[in-house]
Amino acid sequence: MNGSSMWEAVSGIIRRDLLLAMRRRSDAAMSVFFLVIVVSLFPLGVGPDPVVLRTIGPGVLWVAALLACLLSLSRVFTADYVDGALEQMVLVPQPLAVLVVGKVLAHWLISGLPVVLLSPLLGLQFGLSGESLGVLVMSLLLGTPTLSMIGAIGAALVLGVRGSGLLVALLVLPLYVPVLIFGAGAVTSSMAGIGGEANLSLLGACLVLSLFLAPWATAAALRIALE
Amino acid sequence: MLQAVSLRCSRGERRLFTDLNVKVERGSLLAVVGENGSGKTSLLRIFSSLLSPEQGSVLWEGQDILQLKELYAGQLTYIGHLNGIKDDLTPLENLMSAMSLAGESCSNNGAKEALEAIGLKRPIHQLPSKVLSQGQKRRVALARLWLSTRPLWLLDEPFTSLDTAATAVVTQRLHTHLQRAGLAVVVTHQEVALPTEIVQRLRLTG
Repeated sequence: MNGSSMWEAVSGIIRRDLLLAMRRRSDAAMSVFFLVIVVSLFPLGVGPDPVVLRTIGPGVLWVAALLACLLSLSRVFTADYVDGALEQMVLVPQPLAVLVVGKVLAHWLISGLPVVLLSPLLGLQFGLSGESLGVLVMSLLLGTPTLSMIGAIGAALVLGVRGSGLLVALLVLPLYVPVLIFGAGAVTSSMAGIGGEANLSLLGACLVLSLFLAPWATAAALRIALE
Repeated sequence: MLQAVSLRCSRGERRLFTDLNVKVERGSLLAVVGENGSGKTSLLRIFSSLLSPEQGSVLWEGQDILQLKELYAGQLTYIGHLNGIKDDLTPLENLMSAMSLAGESCSNNGAKEALEAIGLKRPIHQLPSKVLSQGQKRRVALARLWLSTRPLWLLDEPFTSLDTAATAVVTQRLHTHLQRAGLAVVVTHQEVALPTEIVQRLRLTG
């Protein structure tokens, strides 16, 4: 049980999950598609007033990104749970928490990163300036991995439960609120000209905290689900 | 040596077994038999450390497996009644990713040979697993046994949906494993066609 075999197991998991996502592109495209639709409908519904759009822009983008993440959570562990791959994961001679990090990282690469990359384009629809767009991307880059990390705990807790989609939303939404406030706050304050650094630092702190705690909590939840 | 010391297990309200003691020496096989719902799979899951017993403990070479944790996981190959096969991956990809996850990476050729050993011909290696039959999927899962170097094998109904030829091949593989001082716990409702002196039977009454 040394560092290299641990890395081998984690990279093996990431590679497998990315390969699976390549084979099932429609699943991976769903959260991006959802984000684009929600964000594009707002200007149509609210009207083309640039002042209004600029005011609601950061909040709308962040809420949409958060919901897109929530939507994809059920895919993190369910398939592995159903086909027995999760049992094999638990019986690997590596700490389960380390493998969980691999799973969540793969999940973020598939459903979080596209959201981050697409966000500047969507921000333009709301008339965000160049600097604010930069802050938006930064905030999502720090925030979406946190959402995936926290979401993994919820996804693991509701494994094998009926109606798990609704339950996972109830479980993780309260924990998502700080990330949403700091994320949208970063963009809003950069638009107001006071810079988004303070909020971005808080987002960074959230990310570090979730990276540190969420894998252990998720691993414990997975073990309970398999008993 | 694998040893169960006064194990007790209940699922829900039902008591499956109490004060179960059994010892499996190197080079021998424990065949767990019993009716449906008598706790065979639960016992295997306790042996694998997936399930913790209500009471008692499982010892591997004299040490409690719950304390050995990852060290114990490095000693065993567990194949449950679920195959752990991804429908969207080919048998070859499934086998190789399962092995690399278990920390026993194998070469492309090694994996192909293992699949052939269990009777899956080369053209099948490249098909998505969702088009395979149940028996073929089971074979993909069991192909891991040809690559495993672990001393302890825990198999849950390995012969389910296998044809007679494949059953014979797997039994032969089990025999080789035991001859190399390996040990195995097999949950099965079929007779394991191995010499009786190396097979120990445990009947659970439920």
